[in-house]
Amino acid sequence: MKAPRFAYIRPESLDEVLELLAEHGDDARILAGGQSLMPTLNMRLSRPRLLIDINRIEELKGISFEDGTVRIGALARHGEVMTSSIVAEHLPMIAEAMPHVAHVAIRNRGTFGGSIALADPAAELPACAVALGAEFVLANKRGRRNVAARSFFNGLYETERADDELLVETRIPAIESGYRSSFMELARRHGDFALAGVCCHARVDGNVLSDVRLAYFGSEDRPRFADGASAAAEGKAWSEDVKEAVKTALGDDLDPIGNFHASAATRLHLARVLTGRAIDRMVAAG
Amino acid sequence: MAEPEGAVGRSLPRSGARRLAFGRGRYSDDLRFPALLHLAFVRSPHAHARILGIDPAPAVAAVPNARVFTGAEIAEICAPWQGTMDHLPTMVSPPQHVVAVDRVAWQGEPVAAVVAASRAEAEDAAGEVAVEWDPLPAAAVRDRTLDEDVALVHPELGSNLCFSTTIGTGNSESALDEAAHVVDGRFSFSRHSGVPLEMRTVIADYDPGEGTLTVHGSHQSPWHQQDTLSRYLGIPEHLVRVVAPDIGGGFGIKLHVYGDEIAVSAVSRILGRPVKYVVDRMEAFVSDVHARDQAVMARLGVDGDGRIRGLSVDALTSLGAYGSLGRPPISEGMMTIMMAAGAYANERYDARLRVAFQNKPPSGMYRAVGQPIACAVAEQLLDWAAHAAGIDPVELRRRNYWSDEDYPLRTPGGLAIKRLSPRRCLDKLVGMMGYDALRAQQAELRKTGIHRGIGVATFLEMTSVGPAYYGPSGAHISTQDGATVRLEPSGTVRCVTSVIELGQGTHAALAQIVADRLGVAASDVRVVGGDTSTTPYGGGAWASRGLTIGGEAVWRAAEGLRANILELAGSILQADPSDLDLARGAVCDRGTGEPRIALSEIGRIGHFRHDTLPPGVQPELAVTRHYVPDAAPFALANGVQGSSLEVDVETGEVRLLDHWVVEDCGRIVNPLLVEEQIRGGVVQGIGGALFEECRYDEDGQMLNASFVDYLVPMAAGLPDIHVGHVETPIEETALGTKGAGEAGTVGAPAAIMLAVNDALRPLGARVTSLPITPESILEAVAAAERP
Ligand SMILES: Cc1cc2nc3c(=O)[nH]c(=O)nc-3n(C[C@H](O)[C@H](O)[C@H](O)COP(=O)(O)OP(=O)(O)OC[C@H]3O[C@@H](n4cnc5c(N)ncnc54)[C@H](O)[C@@H]3O)c2cc1C
Repeated sequence: MKAPRFAYIRPESLDEVLELLAEHGDDARILAGGQSLMPTLNMRLSRPRLLIDINRIEELKGISFEDGTVRIGALARHGEVMTSSIVAEHLPMIAEAMPHVAHVAIRNRGTFGGSIALADPAAELPACAVALGAEFVLANKRGRRNVAARSFFNGLYETERADDELLVETRIPAIESGYRSSFMELARRHGDFALAGVCCHARVDGNVLSDVRLAYFGSEDRPRFADGASAAAEGKAWSEDVKEAVKTALGDDLDPIGNFHASAATRLHLARVLTGRAIDRMVAAG
Repeated sequence: MAEPEGAVGRSLPRSGARRLAFGRGRYSDDLRFPALLHLAFVRSPHAHARILGIDPAPAVAAVPNARVFTGAEIAEICAPWQGTMDHLPTMVSPPQHVVAVDRVAWQGEPVAAVVAASRAEAEDAAGEVAVEWDPLPAAAVRDRTLDEDVALVHPELGSNLCFSTTIGTGNSESALDEAAHVVDGRFSFSRHSGVPLEMRTVIADYDPGEGTLTVHGSHQSPWHQQDTLSRYLGIPEHLVRVVAPDIGGGFGIKLHVYGDEIAVSAVSRILGRPVKYVVDRMEAFVSDVHARDQAVMARLGVDGDGRIRGLSVDALTSLGAYGSLGRPPISEGMMTIMMAAGAYANERYDARLRVAFQNKPPSGMYRAVGQPIACAVAEQLLDWAAHAAGIDPVELRRRNYWSDEDYPLRTPGGLAIKRLSPRRCLDKLVGMMGYDALRAQQAELRKTGIHRGIGVATFLEMTSVGPAYYGPSGAHISTQDGATVRLEPSGTVRCVTSVIELGQGTHAALAQIVADRLGVAASDVRVVGGDTSTTPYGGGAWASRGLTIGGEAVWRAAEGLRANILELAGSILQADPSDLDLARGAVCDRGTGEPRIALSEIGRIGHFRHDTLPPGVQPELAVTRHYVPDAAPFALANGVQGSSLEVDVETGEVRLLDHWVVEDCGRIVNPLLVEEQIRGGVVQGIGGALFEECRYDEDGQMLNASFVDYLVPMAAGLPDIHVGHVETPIEETALGTKGAGEAGTVGAPAAIMLAVNDALRPLGARVTSLPITPESILEAVAAAERP
């Protein structure tokens, strides 16, 4: 299990990275935390000619809060996000999700941007970004653009990011007053990729839900925003009947892909159970 | 010298623990060799295929320093072997080439060996070797292997049946007809591998000058390796040396002779240079031996009082494409049918075993061979019978154990039992668990919709298998072990043993044995081993035999040295040796305990001052002894395990809350080591119960050949494992030990399966396939709900 030959470069500036991406496009891969990229190289599943190590680029680091938006630099490590007081205060869903992302050693290296750019369908953070209405800032040599999380993920490891683009940062609206979040996931073992996972975000007034946003991971080839299930709870006082209606609607929203860890039917069942429990908890948290 | 205190029975640290903590571990891959070449294999992507041609040219074009060896080239200097056994004339296993020639029979079978200056280049070149395939249909679905329409793994055999047998008393069916309650089940046990953390590793160095072959490798039985390399490569045995440095676990996987490993030596022999091969993790899943993989149908009948009336078992074990050299592949199934319900008084038992080939990696030994299956099947039936008869499961067991007056006995399954202590173990376990309180809490929580389950399973662990098994098979596998114990001039002691240390800490326990025989501190005894050229000949590490066999050899060698020391002391002190004793680092007066002469003086005089000794005195300050366990075919440890867990019946999740083990492994030399073995074994049993499974598709492609998808238990999900002991020393040896290395693995899957089914019982749901997964629990619950 040795990687095939590749060239390696560690630029000192963002411009240099974008220049290299413009020149090499799909022949190059960005090396962030390397926790997903290095295994695929060692297993010879991918053979890029050039690795562009972005770990020296200061502008990609850090977490900050300004004007109601949290900015998470692409290079922010999972461990840093997990212990960030900004995240704890303004993005409680992500704070809740972080302990489920892999294991300590991997969180020490793995990055927020890497997780988004990789677009693993069972990963937690892409689904959180979808539920919370995040925007991704992409840059290439010619300029920058923002892409909404809900239109960023195109399929298994497929995103809107062009080959010459770098994910620079993620911008996520901070939780507003009156809103609550709830995150739940089921995995065979703690830290594994999920069998089913749900991210809930809503305004909760007593037990009445509004602006309901339900997003799922570990279901199909990308994080899935559940329009029908979200609508079924919208403006409703949370009750067993509403719970059943949400679970029923979820059947139209999700089309899970089964594998030997769990069939499609099991994954849908689990998503339903988790949804009920996650909203129960969110409502009870008041 | 340190102050000695009685060492046997104390919890001293595992051997090498400090060294490893200091980062001074030296595993095979850490060793450095000049002029080393690296080897990588081209492995078959097909489960079954003809090889039409192999073209090495593209590989050499891509990596000019590479060289490719096909199976046919290696076969020129290395004969094929056969995994048959002399004492099992009806068992078939076809000849096997170390690297495939003409035909492959499993996905992952080596097809060509490629050497280059670095591992990366060897892999680069291996990726370019052009193999032309003619894929053939494969037999890859266990329960269909013996069906008429299934492809033959070895067409020349005319069938996929490797072996079949029946044992028992012939009267179980009629007994079951008369029983007040009959319960039955169809159980399934997944295919596993042992997944030691350190991969199989070989560095072979053939020296054409001397004609010697030196192999460093991660192996549990270097003597078996030495014998095989000598015979199959035609190198005189005294010129073959196998060294096992630090080993990062084996679990049975590293007992076996592997074609790929032999090929490394063959290539070194051809090239006259050291060649290194480290199996990588993904290759390991399709080349390390696999185990378990069994379907069992069983019926148990009890009378109105819950006493066993009869039991019948029908087991189908699926092997891979071949058996292993010298290690019968039918053991998994034989252990299952021999040992099922062995601890319980029962006179009516019948069992059938069929063992079939499949197009999958060869089968072999994995910690606890067959016994977890025997245990899980029998114990689950007993639980169901208890409920059918309205008796508490613990009480039902207490009623059914053999009575102390029954021993020694031979079970209807053919197991010779000298003595067991299950009642004492059960009583202790029930106390440790707080069984009655747990049951009360379970009933309380059920009212609130929480499903807790309790499982209590009795296990037997066959250890230290002796010559009665391996001798008649014709296998060149030694069931004895040997040791040399030597007094150094300073009065410290060195012990050279054939026992292989692979992380279990046996060497620490050997030091304790020596220390007590010689009256020194365990820290003044240095134990070394792992080199077939310098240690006494032995068997190696398997069947939990290290202390029972190797420890007894050490005991005897130390006893011999003790006698020699006392004799020498007698001539120095002009005393009768029988009036002398060894204690606290000195020769002392047997009656008063008064020290007479320090061991260091004995060492100094015995080694340097022969001039001061009376004429004719020949100090013998090193003694070698071997021990063959000839009094019994094996030692039988026993115990009971308990599991408490919670099942989330909506998600199928199992949360392990607590686990208890009480075991009787005879005399305990080092409680810490025993408990580590028990806990580690339980963890592997938890793997079998809830996680581990080699998944295959119908074409024989392994679907989860990496740690991403082959799940093993992880620390965060484990319960506390409480260990208690009952000590019934065996009488055949001075030490009185039985093995403890497999006990945890034998009983844990049963305890967990019982507990899960106990939790599901109010729903009428049952799971009988291991591993139990969230999905299988949800399916069982859904099936119970269906009208
Ligand atoms: C054992 C294990 C368990 C894991 N469990 C989980 C889990 O439960 N949940 C989970 O979410 N993840 C899990 N992961 C994945 C882990 O979180 C990864 O580290 C993460 O998904 C990728 O981050 P990275 O910084 O390591 O990216 P890298 O491995 O460096 O890169 C991943 C991919 O993204 C690209 N990339 C990285 N950064 C950028 C960027 N700024 N712009 C453009 N492209 C970029 C790379 O080119 C590459 O293709 C696990 C990993 C392991 C090894």
